Amino acid sequence: MSKSTRSYRPRPARAIGATLTLGLPGLFLLLFVAVPLGIVLVSAFFKRGRIGGFKPEFTLGNFAELARPVYAQVLGSSLLMSVTVTLICMVIAYAAVWAMRTLTPRGRIVALVAVLIPFWTSFLIRAYAWMLLLGDAGTINGALQMFGVIETPLRMLYSPEAVILVLVYLYLPLMILPLAASAEGLDHSLGDAARNLGASPWRSFRTVDLPLTLPGALTGAVLVFVPSMSNFVVPDLIGGGRVLLIGNVIQDQFLVARNWPLGSVLALVLLLLLVLLLMAQSMVIKRIQGGGK
Amino acid sequence: MRRSGIVRLSAATAVAALALTACSSGGSDELDPNADISEQTLTISTWPEYYSPTLAKDFEAATGVKLNIVHHATNEEGFAKVTSSADSGIDIVFLAGNFISVLVEEDLAAEIDQSAVPNLENLYPEVREFAFDPDLKHNVPYAWGTTGLCYREDLVSETPDSWADLLEPAPEAVGKTTLMDDMRWTFIPAQRFLGYSINTTDESELDEVGTMLKSAAKQSLAFDNTTYGEKLIAGEAVLSHGHDGWCNMAASEDPRVSFAMPKEGSDLWVDGMVLLKSSKNREAAHAFMNYILETENQTWLVENLLYNVPNRAAMESLPDELFEKYPALIRDGASLAKMEQIEDVGDAIDIYNRINTEIRAG
Repeated sequence: MSKSTRSYRPRPARAIGATLTLGLPGLFLLLFVAVPLGIVLVSAFFKRGRIGGFKPEFTLGNFAELARPVYAQVLGSSLLMSVTVTLICMVIAYAAVWAMRTLTPRGRIVALVAVLIPFWTSFLIRAYAWMLLLGDAGTINGALQMFGVIETPLRMLYSPEAVILVLVYLYLPLMILPLAASAEGLDHSLGDAARNLGASPWRSFRTVDLPLTLPGALTGAVLVFVPSMSNFVVPDLIGGGRVLLIGNVIQDQFLVARNWPLGSVLALVLLLLLVLLLMAQSMVIKRIQGGGK
Repeated sequence: MRRSGIVRLSAATAVAALALTACSSGGSDELDPNADISEQTLTISTWPEYYSPTLAKDFEAATGVKLNIVHHATNEEGFAKVTSSADSGIDIVFLAGNFISVLVEEDLAAEIDQSAVPNLENLYPEVREFAFDPDLKHNVPYAWGTTGLCYREDLVSETPDSWADLLEPAPEAVGKTTLMDDMRWTFIPAQRFLGYSINTTDESELDEVGTMLKSAAKQSLAFDNTTYGEKLIAGEAVLSHGHDGWCNMAASEDPRVSFAMPKEGSDLWVDGMVLLKSSKNREAAHAFMNYILETENQTWLVENLLYNVPNRAAMESLPDELFEKYPALIRDGASLAKMEQIEDVGDAIDIYNRINTEIRAG
């Protein structure tokens, strides 16, 4: 008892330490999360300024704008696209992680580093690289034409499919890493036991491995879904501006139309959606882990 | 005008700064006839690669004035630079006309002493009639230009001569046209084709424009403000709505790229130099603006950057071959000056914005 009392006695050095360790991150969060979020929240309720910003005139009219069908349409297509990207990432990541499990521990580390290497290069440069690959006069069309497979170039760039492809490419590592981490703790003998008892490989994966790695996959899903939903650079470059996601609409409100209030309202809708998603994810994980007891 | 999609980021915060600043400085607009300009150091802010690389050296050799050149990537950024503090340290800023008018409104632009800029004589007289700054009270025009149809001569069956060629592309051009990405410019083809003002605030007119552009967008390749030249050279696109100067640049790389002015007309943008009230180097600043307007300095801009300049003396001194090679160089300044300029449309920007979203959502 005396030990614990002593350790909780406030000492000046400890107080300074606590202030620094809690205060600095706290200050950081306040400046770069709370304040910007506050600006978004406040400006959603005011009238637009002439050249950006907002006027101190209260209004709920910005929320009425949401009734326009075009915003529901864009939100719907963004959701559909992000879900597609997330599911494709998940399937590829499972395949990749299962392939990695057959490697030696050293081989697995090499494979994980390889997954991370693309992050060394700017995301913009990699997006431009895809434009060079997929373009009408790009590498793929050039090769296909050279070998006489096609006569006229295939139109690959500037389509929703191309946007999905590049988003999958960009965010796949964010799915692989948490999944690999949760597969790392997976007990091989459980799968072996299932198969010894007559389960097919697919059934053993579905009933044993999948539920056990689902928390990792769901973490990955959130990490992929959130940036896909709010990305505006890929639709601009790879979609040629013809694929409109909610991120583009928000960006346009702030930088082109200079309608901060409407941009804020749309950002809040997106935020609300993502918070709901996070809550759903943590509920599902809790249920899985609770059921496992 | 030279605005890339990604660089917009800083712009919004920048413009907001204006609302917060209300600065004006004292001092008279009178020039001191006895000032020794070689004692003055001039700082200008302009777009990168928008002037001769030897400008600072040449100007110092000609006048003895030391010249600092700093850059802004967008109008918004340049505007923010000179409005975010009472004295930005910048003497002259290069901006587009619609931004110049706001600087004047905010009382940040000094009056130009025209007697100290005798080379104003070189300009087309029409530049004195522009609404954004009548009689050149607060700006000295540097360059101007328009947008039109930039196309591949060998890949279209007929020479385009109307915005209709872009809005309802011929079969061989379907999926191979590009529209401009910058919202106000996206609207121009349909506005001109339907005979509406490019600054219209009439919602029913704009809805009609939107319907037309929606169908044009469906038949297009992309919205593109910056790389349509490359798309044309690669043959990905055959017909683009593009800037005169950029189309010339593409033509200099590939002579099969050409430019046509639609018969319905187009728009006009003007970039001018503004002397800021906060400048303490007014005499040197006037000498600079006068130096820029010298014929050979403006022909450099045309020959090397392939932009049009509102300088009649310069345009008339250039060889005919240049105009044959680059159809987007326009010597008939009077016809260019007649084009409508993009202006602030006030609250109607919300209508543009909504329709713009609808066009892109398909």
